[in-house]
Amino acid sequence: MEALFPFLPLLVWVVPIVLGFVFGQINDKRHYRSIHAREQAWLHLPVTASRYPLLPGKVARSELVGGSVVVSVDYFKRAAAGLRSIVGGPVKSYESLLDRAKREAVLRLKESCPGAHEIVNLRLETASLSKNARGGIGAVEVFAFATAIYMVEPGAA
Amino acid sequence: MFLSNIETIPGKTITASHGVVSGSTVRAKHVGRDIMAGLKNIVGGELRGYTELLNESRDQAIERMKAQAQQMGANAIVNVRFSTSSVAVGAAEIYVYGTAVTVA
Repeated sequence: MEALFPFLPLLVWVVPIVLGFVFGQINDKRHYRSIHAREQAWLHLPVTASRYPLLPGKVARSELVGGSVVVSVDYFKRAAAGLRSIVGGPVKSYESLLDRAKREAVLRLKESCPGAHEIVNLRLETASLSKNARGGIGAVEVFAFATAIYMVEPGAA
Repeated sequence: MFLSNIETIPGKTITASHGVVSGSTVRAKHVGRDIMAGLKNIVGGELRGYTELLNESRDQAIERMKAQAQQMGANAIVNVRFSTSSVAVGAAEIYVYGTAVTVA
């Protein structure tokens, strides 16, 4: 046991990186599976960044809707991004984090108004939370908001 | 109270404008959530505690904005926008603003 002591500082680094790599990969894959399935299920509800309703017909009512998510990157990816920042170039690990967060936020927005016929003026806002001492990203919050449109009789016009 | 983030309330006509209204909250997360989030930071994934916290704060900010609009005699707020910033370690400000109008 005592022979391990010199390696203790090293373990403090290695263990979170290994844990982060294994569970981070599992989390990532599972999240993408769930996103793909739900995106398919919600295809019937169009979301646009247009400022005016595109569907013909009379609008019954509208409401402000939103969806948000806070996700953090795993320890392995954070370490990888740290190395990447030495040489520059694309940071793959954060690309997938932000992609997942944005798609999840839009899905939650859709799920909050199941009866709507159209969602217009989608806006996405990203905020970096829990900046740690080293100035890494840590966690990001993505908030999606839009106006949900309910038609009087969809398709008729 | 009608809210939208476009220039109008679809299906209605704006009859009067009352100017900008806003609401804000600054919230800190509590220690328990922070410790959980710290652990979650190793494996990655959603930080549910933070998601809830920010949603609650956003709802409160919206309520404050609505109260201000009501005081002005408006019945709708158009062009609503949100902004989030972390003002200090462990605290975030949620700010929401829009234009108070009367619709008919």
